[in-house]
Amino acid sequence: MAGVPDARCHSPTHPRGPTLHLAAAPPRRPWHEQEQETPVNKQADAFLVDSSTQPPSEQTAPEAGRARPHESAHLHVAGAAPYIDDLPELVGTLHAALGLSPVAHGVLKAIDVERLKALPGVVAVLTAADIPGPNDCGPIVHDEPILATGHVHYLGQPVFAVIATDRERARRAAAQAKAVLSIDPLPPVLSALEAHAKRQYVLPDMHLVRESAPGALHAALAAAPHRLQGTLSVGGQEQFYLEGQISYACPTENAGLKVHCSTQHPSEMQHLVAHALGWRSNQVQVECRRMGGGFGGKESQSAVFACVASVAAVKLQRPVKLRVDRDDDFLVTGRRHGFEYAWEVGCDDAGRVLAAEVTMVSNAGWSADLSGPVMTRALCHFDNAYWLPEVAMHGHSARTNTQSNTAFRGFGGPQGAIAIEVILDSVARRLGLDPLAVRRANFYGTTSNNVTPYGQQVDDNVIAPLVDTLAASSDYAARRAAVAAYNAASPVLKKGLALTPVKFGISFNVAHFNQAGALVHIYTDGSVLVNHGGTEMGQGLNTKVAQVVAHELGIAFERVRVSATDTHKVANTSATAASTGSDLNGKAAQDAARQLRERLAALAASMHGGMPEAVRFADDRVHVNGANLDFDALVAQAYAARVQLWSDGFYATPGLHWNRETLQGRPFYYFAYGAAVAEVVVDTLSGEHRLLRADLLHDVGRSLNPAVDIGQVEGAFIQGMGWLTSEELVWHPKTGLLMTHAPSTYKIPTANDCPPVFRTALFENNDNVEDSIHRSKAVGEPPLLLPFSVFLAIRDAVSAVGGHRVDPPLRAPATPEAVLDAIDAVRAAR
Amino acid sequence: MSLPAVRFFHRGRVVAVEGASPTRSVLNWLREDARCTGSKEGCNEGDCGACTVVVAELAEHADAVGTTSARATVVGGLSLRTVNSCIQFLPTLHGKALLTVEDLQAIAQGMAVADPGVGTLHPVQQALVDCHGSQCGFCTPGFAMSLAACYERHCEAGSQPTRAELADELSGNLCRCTGYRPILDAGERMFTLPPKRLDTAPIVAALRSLQGQQPGDATAEPAAGFHTPRTLAALAALVESRPQARLLAGSTDIGLWVNKQFRALGEIVYLGDVDELKRIEWQGDTLRIGAGAPLEDAWRALVGVAPALAEVWRRFASLPVRNAGTMGGNVANGSPIGDSAPVLLALDAALLLRRGAQQRRLPLADFYVDYMKNRLAPGEFIEAIELPRPAASTQVRAYKLSKRFDCDISAVCAGLALTLDGETVVQARFAFGGMAAIVKRAAAAEAAVVGQPWTEATVQAAMAALATDYAPLTDMRASAGYRLRASQNLLMRLWLETRPVAPLPTSQTNVWAAA
Repeated sequence: MAGVPDARCHSPTHPRGPTLHLAAAPPRRPWHEQEQETPVNKQADAFLVDSSTQPPSEQTAPEAGRARPHESAHLHVAGAAPYIDDLPELVGTLHAALGLSPVAHGVLKAIDVERLKALPGVVAVLTAADIPGPNDCGPIVHDEPILATGHVHYLGQPVFAVIATDRERARRAAAQAKAVLSIDPLPPVLSALEAHAKRQYVLPDMHLVRESAPGALHAALAAAPHRLQGTLSVGGQEQFYLEGQISYACPTENAGLKVHCSTQHPSEMQHLVAHALGWRSNQVQVECRRMGGGFGGKESQSAVFACVASVAAVKLQRPVKLRVDRDDDFLVTGRRHGFEYAWEVGCDDAGRVLAAEVTMVSNAGWSADLSGPVMTRALCHFDNAYWLPEVAMHGHSARTNTQSNTAFRGFGGPQGAIAIEVILDSVARRLGLDPLAVRRANFYGTTSNNVTPYGQQVDDNVIAPLVDTLAASSDYAARRAAVAAYNAASPVLKKGLALTPVKFGISFNVAHFNQAGALVHIYTDGSVLVNHGGTEMGQGLNTKVAQVVAHELGIAFERVRVSATDTHKVANTSATAASTGSDLNGKAAQDAARQLRERLAALAASMHGGMPEAVRFADDRVHVNGANLDFDALVAQAYAARVQLWSDGFYATPGLHWNRETLQGRPFYYFAYGAAVAEVVVDTLSGEHRLLRADLLHDVGRSLNPAVDIGQVEGAFIQGMGWLTSEELVWHPKTGLLMTHAPSTYKIPTANDCPPVFRTALFENNDNVEDSIHRSKAVGEPPLLLPFSVFLAIRDAVSAVGGHRVDPPLRAPATPEAVLDAIDAVRAAR
Repeated sequence: MSLPAVRFFHRGRVVAVEGASPTRSVLNWLREDARCTGSKEGCNEGDCGACTVVVAELAEHADAVGTTSARATVVGGLSLRTVNSCIQFLPTLHGKALLTVEDLQAIAQGMAVADPGVGTLHPVQQALVDCHGSQCGFCTPGFAMSLAACYERHCEAGSQPTRAELADELSGNLCRCTGYRPILDAGERMFTLPPKRLDTAPIVAALRSLQGQQPGDATAEPAAGFHTPRTLAALAALVESRPQARLLAGSTDIGLWVNKQFRALGEIVYLGDVDELKRIEWQGDTLRIGAGAPLEDAWRALVGVAPALAEVWRRFASLPVRNAGTMGGNVANGSPIGDSAPVLLALDAALLLRRGAQQRRLPLADFYVDYMKNRLAPGEFIEAIELPRPAASTQVRAYKLSKRFDCDISAVCAGLALTLDGETVVQARFAFGGMAAIVKRAAAAEAAVVGQPWTEATVQAAMAALATDYAPLTDMRASAGYRLRASQNLLMRLWLETRPVAPLPTSQTNVWAAA
């Protein structure tokens, strides 16, 4: 049994100890020194955090940095953590279902509402005409009606809503959409390249060009010793949050509304609901205790469900719940943008890129949604970890008659970075070099060659030492030789190996989103409640924020309770997105808790003497001028002394600026780094592959909670692997029906896809150079790029078929068919 | 008792649900009527596992199967099986016990009912907490139930699953957050914690008392229009007299007709209470698999016949689907992408059909007529699947191609049997699913090898001939071109594995066997 600690059973021995293991006894050696164990994918016991000797932090409370379970774990395992559909329903609750367009493009002529109203259990039918305010839920561009009017733009677009006495009847009535809708069909455009050819976009083009002198890019390309070009196709990805989209809207007094919404962005839901109702924001309260996963899919796209439930609830003055069936969730909402690329690079004999030009066409779907920011992030991540002296990037957000694509963990970053990784892989093959050598030759420098194409200096660069550490610990060089030997002797199966790095920018590209608020209450019994603007979707944000508060006040974690995200508590919050949840809300909560600590310290010093700054809070006690008080007692005294025992906190990330027009500035507070090595085996007869081993090394700065962070790294790796391997989206080429519209046809990874050897570690000894919350780094999105290694390992194995002389034209996802196509192409070309 | 009522054991007592719609799902009953919201709806089609529950029945019913395979599920006098509650109809619980995530702490605390989320956790739950096995938590109750069933079975047997076996146990549970590693860790750790076992005695007693309430009744109707015959004769009589009635076994497909297509099923005859139909037994050199035997048991028996079938067994749907679904149902459903038929065709299976008191045998190769059409007469049903013991000189293989290892519908599934005399092929049965409107044998490819030396040239000829056997379709699983190319290549794989000179071990031909 690999030691997996019950963190609660171990009393903390060091405050922010020099080493922190997730694993319990026996004593561990550094993970990279461990002998090869039986190959199982247990947690490498293994990861060390913060092994540098640090002076004790100013507070001795141990919470920040402690590996502890998710604050709701004991509820999750008991089925006792309520999601919105689990909340007791109010008497009189009605249920809504959406009537969806059965055609991908057309003119909406009529809706036979009377026919729907006559169906069993139907209480009301809503169409666009029933929306009191503007019929619009577009998050940035106002091109997205809540319910279709005039035209329908994709198969699955909500056209009407049925409100019925129960969910089953609502669904049955809504399923009559085809019979009640009169639509004159128009020809649909279903692929990004087709839309690009027609110059049909949701937004203006974006061009991010960095040249040493005008015309230098093309001159460098022309003069380069080696010049390569190619294309690449990368599919989209469904979020597949296990809890589908849901909103439950309940009328309250005096033209008010409370909406329970599974959303990453309660404030935006509040604003959009108020907008749809023609109300002011203060009339709408949006609450979310937890989501059953979000991954970006509940950032902007929870809006249609919130708005429809709310309009129905207000119109009928009854509570209305809208929980969509999984198939409808797939048909209505968008997902990660698929990208098409055309690229050209020039490089020297060492594979150093001298100039690069790339055109990226994303499939935006029918409306803008977040496609603009997604493309921006894609352009800002094409460089990944590499210095590109002359570079031009062109981004096109193609308008197609499909679901409107949206945020998904990484938000364009993965789509930008995978292109350069494939390019460097091709460069290495052309030059007959190891791809790792080519990558290293192109890494950003630390003192020179360290400015990104968008003008931000990279001044926290650890990619080279990180990759060195991983290459050593994963035995990359020896395994490269072993793979070659295996392939030489294996007629059918071929192995592949790849190491890929990640550099990911942390912050919203829009500077003003980088703010957060929190409230911390200390009750008179010494218990603490914290509320903040972030949302909990499984990533452990509430756990980390509670740890920050407990740390700041020197009290036990168990004293701190985190309450539901609620627009009536913290106002004007940003989406919990862009990996910023802990950075922003942790800082805001720390600010609130610090103010309380300072008030308590002042009181303690006034009673016991000494300086307030010298008062120390630790282990539920307060140390002041030689005295040692119980935290509860001090709180009671503070109440009696009329000290305010609750506080707000606020945080705005410093130093950010961004020019949307020039695509220049400092959009990111810092960068997170990582790298992964993957080894696969590919069947050259069937195109199947299996991941045999993965070694991950990821930089989270000084981890707030290594257990949570490891969970994020591994989870992102498997999720990103799904994107690049098994998760294929297929639309019917004529009707535009999304044929992969449920887990029966859309295949996310399962337990057997977890590699038999899976070694994950957090990069040691790496403080964040910026003043982030306890010097930690964001971890939600960056590790989603680690499984590029899997895709490129497959490409390496396919390449072996042609003796590594032919560049495999492998598309993503690398399904058996895609792999076999690439193998056949390599065979044909060799 | 004027009204029919569905009676089953739930949370420490027998409940009687009157007036239930025959197609009300167990999950909706749990969440909406019983207000047990621990089990979640993630997909409403039995593919995500968030709704996983355990259904327990008296072991003597499962024991009627007559092979040791069914005993693998027996714990303390009960047979415990995980199923997807979203596609199980409530009346199928009649006479059984329903265990859900709400029961786990009750088990841990030795109580009939405990407050979920409060107090001592079950070892499965504690291990999941200790190993950080939940993130968003939505899938977690389903994982907990799959692990709990695994825990009880292994504790009963005094064994522990390997890590690979644990992954197979979880083939029906999707998690989008963790990447599974910590959940597999939890599956190992749960056996190291102080044991807490299900006390089956009160459940056994309750189920016996329920049984006693229908003495001698060969059929019951726990809900209007929902027949639950208990004997083969009663079933045959019912089906003969009601040829329009819908036969329901595991509802792993029919459940979707209701949940997704809103189809009305009409009168339903439920097969799950006919013990004789679940029997798996050797009759001389013929293996007879009762049509109502769970897929899990039937595949275990097939793997006993031909060990090379083990991979397809592991990959056939998921464990909860194999627990609920039946091989008879898979064959009768007649989907061109069902994985039983190609394997059974390769094994030269026949069907034992029954209408009233009459039986007839029909080779499976003659059963399918066209897409979802078969030769069953009105009032007739499949009683059993029969297959001969393969000759020692016959090599059997089954190859499944899909986008994902676990629980994915095949793009192509091949069942291949080859009999060599020295280096000459004396018999070949090559059957493919996913290649045509029905699962069928590749006559031209077979003809290309029979009587020929088993050489690369011969297999190349068979590969070429395959193009005349099938004209596959393009769909979301694969293109027509891939299906044909890959099928041809699977014949090459067969040759590499069975060639007389230097045959390759599967570790050199199959990524799932490679290390």
